[in-house]
Amino acid sequence: MAAYKPVVVQVVPKLGERITQDTVYWRGYKTPVQIKEFGAVNKIDFSPVAPYNYAVTASSRIHIYGRYSQEPIKTFSRFKDAAYCATYRDDGNLIVAGSEEGSIRLFDVSGRAPLRQFDGHTKPVHVVGFLSDKYRVFSAGDDYASSLWDIPSSTEIISYNEHTDYVRCGCASKVNADVFITGSYDHTVKLFDTRVKNSVMTIEHGQPVESVLLFPSGGLLVSAGGRYVKVWDVLKGGQLLVSLKNHHKTVTCLCLNSSGQRLLSGSLDRHVKIYSTTSYKVVHSFNYATSVLSLALSPEDETIVVGMTNGVLNVKHRKPEVRKEKTAKKRQPAYRTYVKGRTYMPKQEDFCVSKPVKHVLRKYDKLLKSFQSSKALDAVLEPPIRLHTPEVTVAVMQELHRRGTLRSALAGRDEKQIDLLLTFVARRVIDPRFTSILVTVADIITDIYQPVVGQSAVVDRQFLKLQKAIGKEIDYQEELLEVLGMMDTLFATFTRKRVTCLEESKSNGLGETTETSMNN
Amino acid sequence: MVAPAALRVVRCGGGGRGHLGTSAVFSSDSKYLLCASGDFVKVYSVATEETLRLMGGHADQVTGIQLNPHNHMQLYSSSLDGSIKLWDFMDGIAIKTFTVGSKLLALYAPPDFEDSVFVVIPKSADRAPFQLVSVKLTKAAGQDVEAKELSVVLSGVDASPKCIAFGREGKYVASVKQFELCVYFFKKKLAQRFSLRSSKANGGSNCFTCVTCHPREDCIATGHADGKIRIWRNFHHRKDYTYSTLHWHHDIVKDLAYSVEGTYLLSGGIEAVLVVWPSESDCQRDFLPRLGSPIEHISMSADGSQCCTLHTDNRITIISSNLRFSKSIQGLIKSANIKTGLVVDPRTKALVLNGEPGHLQFYCLQTDQQLFSLDIVQREYVHQAGLHQTDLVKVAFGAQGKWLATVEEREDATNPELQLKLWFYNEKTQSFKLNTRINTPHEDHITDMCFREMDELEDDALILVTTGKDRVFKVWLMVEDTDPEAQQRVSWSCDFVGSYHNYQATNCCFSEDGSLLAVSFEEAVTVWDSVTWDLKCTFCRPPGKIKNICFGRLTCSKYLIGATDYGFLCCWNLLSCALEWSAHLNISVLQPDPLSEYIAAVSWLPRESSLFVFKPNEAQPVYIQRNLCQQKIQLAAFVPRDEPEMVSSEKYLWLRRSQLFFLTETQELMTLSTKSLEERLTPASKQLAVEESLPVTPFSLLLGKHRRHPSQEDTDLGNGVVQNKHKQESPAVRELLHTPAHVLPSASFLCSMFINSLLISKENKSAKEVADEVEMESEQAEDDSDEEGDETEMEQDDPSPMESLGELPCKLSKAQERELRKIRKMDYSWIAAF
Repeated sequence: MAAYKPVVVQVVPKLGERITQDTVYWRGYKTPVQIKEFGAVNKIDFSPVAPYNYAVTASSRIHIYGRYSQEPIKTFSRFKDAAYCATYRDDGNLIVAGSEEGSIRLFDVSGRAPLRQFDGHTKPVHVVGFLSDKYRVFSAGDDYASSLWDIPSSTEIISYNEHTDYVRCGCASKVNADVFITGSYDHTVKLFDTRVKNSVMTIEHGQPVESVLLFPSGGLLVSAGGRYVKVWDVLKGGQLLVSLKNHHKTVTCLCLNSSGQRLLSGSLDRHVKIYSTTSYKVVHSFNYATSVLSLALSPEDETIVVGMTNGVLNVKHRKPEVRKEKTAKKRQPAYRTYVKGRTYMPKQEDFCVSKPVKHVLRKYDKLLKSFQSSKALDAVLEPPIRLHTPEVTVAVMQELHRRGTLRSALAGRDEKQIDLLLTFVARRVIDPRFTSILVTVADIITDIYQPVVGQSAVVDRQFLKLQKAIGKEIDYQEELLEVLGMMDTLFATFTRKRVTCLEESKSNGLGETTETSMNN
Repeated sequence: MVAPAALRVVRCGGGGRGHLGTSAVFSSDSKYLLCASGDFVKVYSVATEETLRLMGGHADQVTGIQLNPHNHMQLYSSSLDGSIKLWDFMDGIAIKTFTVGSKLLALYAPPDFEDSVFVVIPKSADRAPFQLVSVKLTKAAGQDVEAKELSVVLSGVDASPKCIAFGREGKYVASVKQFELCVYFFKKKLAQRFSLRSSKANGGSNCFTCVTCHPREDCIATGHADGKIRIWRNFHHRKDYTYSTLHWHHDIVKDLAYSVEGTYLLSGGIEAVLVVWPSESDCQRDFLPRLGSPIEHISMSADGSQCCTLHTDNRITIISSNLRFSKSIQGLIKSANIKTGLVVDPRTKALVLNGEPGHLQFYCLQTDQQLFSLDIVQREYVHQAGLHQTDLVKVAFGAQGKWLATVEEREDATNPELQLKLWFYNEKTQSFKLNTRINTPHEDHITDMCFREMDELEDDALILVTTGKDRVFKVWLMVEDTDPEAQQRVSWSCDFVGSYHNYQATNCCFSEDGSLLAVSFEEAVTVWDSVTWDLKCTFCRPPGKIKNICFGRLTCSKYLIGATDYGFLCCWNLLSCALEWSAHLNISVLQPDPLSEYIAAVSWLPRESSLFVFKPNEAQPVYIQRNLCQQKIQLAAFVPRDEPEMVSSEKYLWLRRSQLFFLTETQELMTLSTKSLEERLTPASKQLAVEESLPVTPFSLLLGKHRRHPSQEDTDLGNGVVQNKHKQESPAVRELLHTPAHVLPSASFLCSMFINSLLISKENKSAKEVADEVEMESEQAEDDSDEEGDETEMEQDDPSPMESLGELPCKLSKAQERELRKIRKMDYSWIAAF
């Protein structure tokens, strides 16, 4: 005699992303906070010291935000036109920013008026930054020139005129105080050593360079331009290590996480992708409402701030770690009671009576076991099952159909229950996993409740919704079939080139598989 | 083997009629269960579930068996051949045969009638209506006696044996037919008739199906086709009778039985649930659900400790009195429709086919027992008529039984639900574990499935091919999962989809070396390269669609055989791509022998099946057996023998490596053999009955302990070898115990040999014994002298008893010597007691 076999719930492997440690980590952020800025956000920079304020450059202002503040705690607005690239110094005391009029200004974080102003660029300055010795500032702009400034004397030390187009990005090395790089729209990235009169290295990216980044070790260089993110080995003389093409629009910004294990890239295609720096595979991706212009990650990855073209600043904070031990602590019996009798070893003359293992059945299984079809269906239409595990609901419907009692289980329901059923069916019927059985269910429901159509506005609305959902799906399938037809003609012309009698069957086979995959 | 080797068709299991003719009978001590099975009466041991005896003698189906109420060691059996036989079932001897003349449809032997039994016979020859007559069994001497003293008790009764029951102390007999219950009182010679108004409430009519009488009270229980049970009381009076209704069953009540004291009533039906109705209405009814298949008969043992149910699939379930499932006697389970074909499990050499619904049964041919039943569908089976349930349709084994592929489908009005499952054999648990499940592998029914079987190549060369009515064949390949976090290392996925001119793919077959795949598409056979999946060539022989294809093996591997439904058997040469020969034969089954180049083909002409065995390289068959059986042969399988059999004649050379089994439409399993079934029944099982009746003595306790030993050893080792041979434990011991004392040599001589036979063989030496070795060594010196004497003595003695004992080892190994020494130190003082 066999035991009752519970309903088999078909588990379909989830397509798309798998749950990895990365997905868990990067999903651990709260719902974003949106802050409206005056214009497109072109730069976000975190202060390297606690409490990790961040400077946001948008339009003609630089706003400094505190970690959880939604209002700027400080504003620098001494710009006539747009400000660019407000960047913190390593100690977090100074901020430098370029501007549309060509001047570079240096601010004290606590002050309001600029401490220094460096004039020399003839066109807007899009890139400024501190070298790692803290006393020099590099800059580059639309006049194709890259310059180096001395802070105490506010004079230009050296100027390089090597780029042949606008320079829009740059980065200073963290390990060597004399090295900085700039990327330009002339498709090159140039590496400068302040001790040398000319650039020491030129890397051909291939597209206008939008963003460059040096790894903390200084050995690797990342450049973004066009749809590509390219990683170069500086120590090998600028050899291309890997070229990533995961965005379908221009990549605008790059960023490393605090551990240096993950590389983030933001793009005009509204996505931020996260790569592992060991395998250079995409491990996670975020998408945003509009094109991403700038991106920054706070130390310890506590906050992700993304600036967009429409001037919205999107701030995500990490959820606090849940301490499970505290909540899950239950009063347990004393150790002595707990182990009582468990350590007893049976002697040879003892009779051992083993307790049968009790199989706990789910509620719907218990009801199905006693052939209570209607109640079983009610049990799986409870909100937690219906919403979170629709496959269980569908499996029970299938089992009822198999037993031939689906019709009687669906019959005799009141307005509220029909509403519930129809909502479920209309929502899930387009899911290919559930389509076959839910079509039957929808069929039976319409069959049973046809006479009462028109008596209840709620039910009528649901029927219309169902009709719309199915109509939409049919249109979609038709479109897919059209595409398939086009592909078939393409395959046919493709195979004609290599004339063998076998290819016919092969193409059929291929067509067949694509069709099934599309149907599914 | 010396016997004139005429090949006979021998039935060896299963059977359409099976046990279903009549209910089973417990012997009075409840140790044996007697059961009618086709033309035979079978005796089962309740304790071991084994078939102890097969009593044959009737020329037609046995329709009733009853214990002789005046001698509980005897059994009456009635048969359609018109005779009643009296058996001594302990010895399996037919004591007497009473010839009645007309067909006997049921037999009753109530205890209160001196030397007469009741049978149901047709009124006029062979036709309804039927009548219940009492037969006076004369005490005349002689084996065959004519029993002509018939007296009609009731006429117009139903033919089913369940429709008549005898009341307490033989006072009355109750019979039901259609809508009428008739009670005949023997004393008053009066028949009371009670009829029901026929009604057809929700699908079922309320006509009677079965009847039983309370053993202590005047009370009759009747079962009805609409699932109701009626309890009739006070039926002595024409008018004042009463009945109460019990209703649980939703379909026909198949059988009813009262417990010995009448305290409760058992009922069973198509739901496969045994329902217990207590007599006192205040008690709750009890259920034993999920017995596997619809209940056909219920019977109680005389002491009330057990009851048994007979099921429609030929299974017997023994249920203890506290309503616990205790044992199940099952041979070849009869399933509604064998769709999987006969497949041989390469690991256990068991026949594999549909068993219980949704299960795969592994049937051991040697012991006529089911080895195990693998649940494939894993869904609750609802026993209800008219439901489309998921069932198993295709089975294939791959890689020497390591992989099992199954296809299950559920027939639906709109689209069939298909699942392809791949199972991996787990050595540790000794069972198949589900590896991959593929939903909807084809859009339509799967017609055939085969593995590419390769001997030396590693696992990843394993390929599965399925052909479907959706006009494609698909190739499934094992892929390794590179993700280290994945639960299983390998899974299966589709590799190639092939089709040919939009024809339905019907059969597929791999050549012996696995390099070629033949797929038949309606009228054409296509041959594909199994590496590149290129179409190599096509064969066609119109008219008629291809029904079966197979490749030749060994020396004939260049041939491809195909059978068409137009009645042609064709053989193509793969080297010349031409038709080698063809024959006009209406082939129903085509089965190649996996171990030789012979191919068996069974043809079907109306009312006659014939067997042809041929080699593909010759158009002339090697062996022809006309008129194999009356029924259509549905399936056939070659089962490899454990060791090649000696074959006397050139003609039967094809039977050397494997044995051919057939399954007929009524699911009778047959084979071709030179031996009859009685010979094939192992002598060990016959001995069993004797051994069980032996009283318990210290000696038998010792033997019993020893006999259990090897089996324990086997389970302990658990080294993945399935024991399929029926082991005869220590034949020497048995020989010794069953030889008359006066022909045995002296006890002193036998003693050493007897002890030898008790020794455990060398390979079972455990670590513990090795440890013992050390302490033994000190004693070795003193033992040495005695031992030498013993050995020489043994060698000097005449070798004749040694030969008769057969399997004793002539020389002792070291381990055995050590054992011997150990045993010698044991206390044998109890021998002195004899």
